Formats: sequence, structure tokens, C-alpha cells
Amino acid sequence: MRRVVVTGLGVISAVGNTVDDFFRGLVAGESGIGYITLIDNSNLTVKIAAEVKHYDPNQHFPPKRQDYLDRFAQFAIVAATQALKDSGFSPSEEEKLRFGASVGTGMGGAETLDIGFKQLYRDNAQRMHPFTIPKLMHNAAASHISMEFGCKGPSLSITTACSSAANAIGEAFRLIKYGQADSILAGGAEAPISYGMLRAWEAMRVMALGNGNPKRACRPFSRDREGLVLGEGAGILLLEEYEHAKARGARIYAELCGYGMTSDADHLTHPTSEGPARAMRLALEEAKLNPEEIDYINAHGTATLTNDSNETRAIKAVFGNKPNIVVTSTKSMHGHAMGATGAIELIATVLAIHRSLIPPTANYTVPDPECDLDYSPNQARERVVNAALSNSFAFGGLNAVLLVKKTEFAAGRAS
Amino acid sequence: MTVDERVINVITREQHLEAGKCTISSTFEELGIDSLDGVNIMFALEEEFNISIPDSIARQMKSVGQVVEDLTRYMENPQAFKAQLVSNSPVAVEAIPEKPAGGIQ
Repeated sequence: MRRVVVTGLGVISAVGNTVDDFFRGLVAGESGIGYITLIDNSNLTVKIAAEVKHYDPNQHFPPKRQDYLDRFAQFAIVAATQALKDSGFSPSEEEKLRFGASVGTGMGGAETLDIGFKQLYRDNAQRMHPFTIPKLMHNAAASHISMEFGCKGPSLSITTACSSAANAIGEAFRLIKYGQADSILAGGAEAPISYGMLRAWEAMRVMALGNGNPKRACRPFSRDREGLVLGEGAGILLLEEYEHAKARGARIYAELCGYGMTSDADHLTHPTSEGPARAMRLALEEAKLNPEEIDYINAHGTATLTNDSNETRAIKAVFGNKPNIVVTSTKSMHGHAMGATGAIELIATVLAIHRSLIPPTANYTVPDPECDLDYSPNQARERVVNAALSNSFAFGGLNAVLLVKKTEFAAGRAS
Repeated sequence: MTVDERVINVITREQHLEAGKCTISSTFEELGIDSLDGVNIMFALEEEFNISIPDSIARQMKSVGQVVEDLTRYMENPQAFKAQLVSNSPVAVEAIPEKPAGGIQ
């Protein structure tokens, strides 16, 4: 059976615009959440978000190219550029035929559409800009990555709300595992901070207000948690078939060896714990690992009242009431980057394995009796991580769980 | 400003060209204008002249001189110009090069 490894990482997020800055920030518990600066926030009820900082598109793209690129696609290319450079992979013409792109996004070029409709409906513009469609289409990110790097194999865009990136990575994993590709730039990208999108999110009544202290607004698993904070950014990983990576002497961060995907088939916005639990079990099964072999779970951990207790129940259903597992939510710092979040969090998970260092759940204040796992509150944890899960659960009841491990770690049912 | 100057200004701005590169005798191919750039330029010209350019006219524009000529004739008498286009219709399609040799600037 073909194995799949992670050989390149790229990230742009509220916590950092490079992999090193990102992980350093996470480990230090630095929140990237603040007052919204990208648009006028005066009419908004929710005035906070996890915005990417110090981002100047001119540093990455010539003006002509920017005309075609929504912010979400820009982030995707920036992260993919980092990942490919990090991997040292420079595909030959033949390798490009089996090189792919798989990028999740929840909302695609939402800002482009939002601005276009404002001009059309409110400003009575007579026509929409002709780049509206090529900029907003959800596959723009995957297509631009394909064009930029010559990915002539499978190119996919996946939209499953907050599970989009995890599904995009999971499907890329399967494409490599079952022989349709040898290498894929996989991840997610999102740029949802536009006026219309923010008003729509406000109306869901799941958003944290921050109450004068934006950095502390997102408090996953704390009893006083008040909701999620919208984030933006992109995470892209180079996934590669193991022998292919070995043959070129690549540095291998971790092996991606399990992917569980389930649907609650129950409620549009209220999750079950059974669906997420099944997804975690499926990932373990595919990886041929036992529950006690998992050291770390990067939780979905949105800091909504419902998710965190529900996710805790699901984890306990799979791993027992007192598992020796560290469970952290890095959303406390990079926010909920929607269709990008699963990729950003998988990168944090892969680095936890690679560096034996688990980023904390930041902003933890008061224990909640319904959330009683080891969340490594406010303090990073040094621990050898042989195997870890990254959880993503979406509105619509869609659950995606990725399992990564040290390449040499093969205990449990495999041994 | 003349129609020539306004068209040249629009194309220069939308293509992010250096001043002076776009002249009345430039072809779209020379300026690296592909089909997607072409629709963007038509959009910008519609805004500039506050007109609505029919697809059939937009598709046959392939040089600056021709844009100026067609726009001028169209603005003088839209109905007559459209009628003439219909009679010439077999050639009035997809004249903008798909991918010019020079690539996108």
C-alpha cells in the first residue's frame, strides 16, 4: 500500500505569515484576534476578527495579476509558494503530470461578490465587473496554484464549510494513496472579512463579542466561552507518496495515514457527538492505530457553547473518560478560518509531532464540568507526539478527521 | 480629450502598461491582451464612455485603432452599426487572440 507523507508546509494566518512565526506565536499563546481593520467596523455588532497582519499583496503579485485574484486565492498562492519552497520539490515535466492541487474553501471569493453586489444593488451600477466570476469561483485557488506550479494532475476544490480544508487534504491523501497522483499541494484558503459576510455571521448568534478585550475573545473549553471568532488565511501542505519523497531525499515532517469522514444526517447547525466520534474511529481504523496510541488532538474547539462540550463527549466516546491525550484548540489564537482552518490546524498538528511541542489552548479561564479533558490551558506542552488527530466539524453535520504520525511509528494493530 | 486618448488611457490603466506603450497603431496581441483582458477592457470602456458594448462588437476588437473606429461609429449610430454587424456576423466572432505570443504583461 502506498504511504503518504507531509514534506512541505506553508501558512498565512492571524498568528503569523510564515510557518516559523505561526508556530512560535501558537506556542507562546499569542492571540492574533483584534478589532477589524479591513473594513469599517462601526456598523457591526461583532467588531473583532482574526485578521492576517502586515499583508501587502504588492510583495507577492504584480498589479496586473492582483486584478484577477480575490484575497482568498492570494492567500492560497502565498501558502502554496511557501510549502513548495519548504519541500525543495521541483517537479520535472513528467512529475507535473502526477502533481495536483486540492484546496478547500467555505466561501470562495465572498468579498468579490459582496463588493460587486453592493455596487449593483446599492450604487446602481449598470454592470458587474467581468472578473467577478473568475475571482469568486471556489476553484480559483486550486486553479491558480495549478497554473503557478504546473500541477497537471488532479485539481480539486472542496466546500464543506468548516471541514473544507480537512476534506481537501483527506481527498488528496486518498488520491495519492490509491495511485492517481504522486504529489499534491493540499489545504484551504478563506478571506471572509467583508461587510456582508460579517453581518450574515452575526445573525447566526454564535460569535464572540470580545467585550473590550479582543485578544481574549475566543476561549475554547472554558466555562465562560462566548462563541467563535472569524479568521482568515490559508494553509497548504505538500503531500507526497513516501517512496517519491524518499527517492529525492526530502525532509519528512510526518505521515498522513488516516482520514475519517462522516455525516451526522441530523441537524443543519446542531451537531451530534456520534458523527464526530465515528469520524475519529474511521481515521484510527485506516491508520491501524489504537486509541491509546494517540498523544494529541488538535480539536475543532470553536469556543461555541455547543461545539466544545459536544466535541469533548465525542472524544471521550472514542478514547475513554480519562484519556492520556492532550487536546488543544489553536483557534483561540488564529480564530476560525472557516474553509482554511483544517489546514492551518493540521500544520500545527504536524509541527507538534515534528518538534515534540504541543501549542496550548489560549485564553483558558474557568473549567467547565462538561469539558473535562486535558486542554493544556495557556501553556504549551513538551511531549513526544507519535500520533495525533486534527478534528474539523462543519455546519451541515459534516465531520472530517485527519490522522498524522511519525513515519517510523507503527505500533498497535500494525505490529 | 479625444476618443483616441480616452481609449489609450483606459487600456494603459487596465493593462498596467507603461505610459506611451499603447498607441493608436498597437494591436491587442502586441500589448499582450488575451481574451480575459479583453472583456475587462470592454468593461472599462463601457464605464468610460457610459455605453453598453454588445458582445458582437466586443468580440471583434483586436487593435486599438479598431476599438477607436468601432466605438466612434457605434456611438454615432448604435442601431445602424449593430445591423451592419449582424450582416457580417460569420467573421465577427472570437477575433481576440486566445493567447498572444507575448503572454500576459
